[in-house]
Amino acid sequence: MHEMSIALAVVDQVESAARPDGATGVSSVRLEIGELAGVVPDALAFSFQLACEGTVLAGAELITEAVVARARCIPCAESWPVGMPPRLSCPGCGGASVELLSGRELRIAGVSWHDAQVPTPTHEER
Amino acid sequence: MCRVIDLQQAVLAKNDACAHTLREDLAARGTAVVNLLSSPGSGKTALLERELTLARSRGVPVAALTADLATENDAVRLARSGVPVKQVLTDGLCHLEAEMLGGHLDGWLPSDTRLLFVENVGNLVCPASYDLGETLRIVLASVTEGEDKPLKYPTAFGLAHLVVVTKTDIARAVGFDEAAFRANVERVNPGVEVVLTSVRGGEGDGVLLDRALAARDGGPVHIPVMTRQSHHVHDVGHRHPHDRGTADRVADSGAVGSSRS
Ligand SMILES: Nc1nc2c(ncn2[C@@H]2O[C@H](COP(=O)(O)OP(=O)(O)OP(=O)(O)O)[C@@H](O)[C@H]2O)c(=O)[nH]1
Ligand SMILES: [Mg+2]
Ligand SMILES: [Zn+2]
Ligand SMILES: [Zn+2]
Repeated sequence: MHEMSIALAVVDQVESAARPDGATGVSSVRLEIGELAGVVPDALAFSFQLACEGTVLAGAELITEAVVARARCIPCAESWPVGMPPRLSCPGCGGASVELLSGRELRIAGVSWHDAQVPTPTHEER
Repeated sequence: MCRVIDLQQAVLAKNDACAHTLREDLAARGTAVVNLLSSPGSGKTALLERELTLARSRGVPVAALTADLATENDAVRLARSGVPVKQVLTDGLCHLEAEMLGGHLDGWLPSDTRLLFVENVGNLVCPASYDLGETLRIVLASVTEGEDKPLKYPTAFGLAHLVVVTKTDIARAVGFDEAAFRANVERVNPGVEVVLTSVRGGEGDGVLLDRALAARDGGPVHIPVMTRQSHHVHDVGHRHPHDRGTADRVADSGAVGSSRS
């Protein structure tokens, strides 16, 4: 399964963001997974645990948020949830002048971590 | 102290960036990549051997790279065509990634290659997520696999630039319903071309080669709905400065990078 590759990519990216900021531990990672991303959240959760071992993410919780896939017909200006299996032609006119509004996300939305330092404000900080 | 960071990074951004670079580097030297995806045993190697042989007889410089979990059997079969062939053993990995592919091309791919055919690991799930810098992604299904394959693997079929049905010589024997298959493809990837092939019956001889050459020469390539994304709709105000921008993705329009953010 490529969930392990995905998990490793997540760990890699979180590490490169957290390390320079002096993070001592990551408590959770929030991941958006679109319905059409081709990733199974349960399989990912398992791989994620393994991928975190021995890194600053050890013991971090993976919070996955499913993103509903929606498409829009440009001529009809109508949008719909594509469902599963997805319907990507327009249910109204049957046309193919359609674009995807959401559903292929595979994105690290947020990370929470601890650090020992005095906070240096960045634009990313809440 | 504890803090929460809005990272907003596409998980596959690194692969997408590698794929983008590979596509540009290869295009600069006149090479286009064709990525072949299917379930195990759909007939990728058989069809590819036929098309490579044809390319050689027509004097078109092509090459092929085949990825498998184990054995060099596919490379041995493909090499019978007489074109340069490379076997990649993925060491347990169920798909190819752009960086791996790029690494295998260094020092091997002949500089005059016009088309590089890549036979991905037989698997319809994992390889679908990884853009390899291809100009054309072909998804194959044999008539024995059932008409609902496109519905069971919507991400794979939904991202195809071309869908190929294989083994049509046995379509009658297995009761293949072509109209149902086409309708299912249309549902997940409206407008994509579906072509019929058989290496036994000779159907669709040269079709892969023709479509691939047309795409390489700048001909129109189908843009799957799944790759037509309106970034502005859901991403405004959330873009991380290190994230790759929309302009980048638009330049690749039709490319199948899975994680456009
Ligand atoms: N009847 C018939 N059999 C075919 C055809 N093409 C391939 N086959 C048979 O299907 C089987 C699998 O073909 P391959 O070309 O090895 O399939 P593949 O997709 O490369 O398989 P993997 O690399 O293992 O994923 C072989 O026994 C082929 O002889 C065809 O057009 N007609
Ligand atoms: Mg094969
Ligand atoms: Zn896999
Ligand atoms: Zn419509």
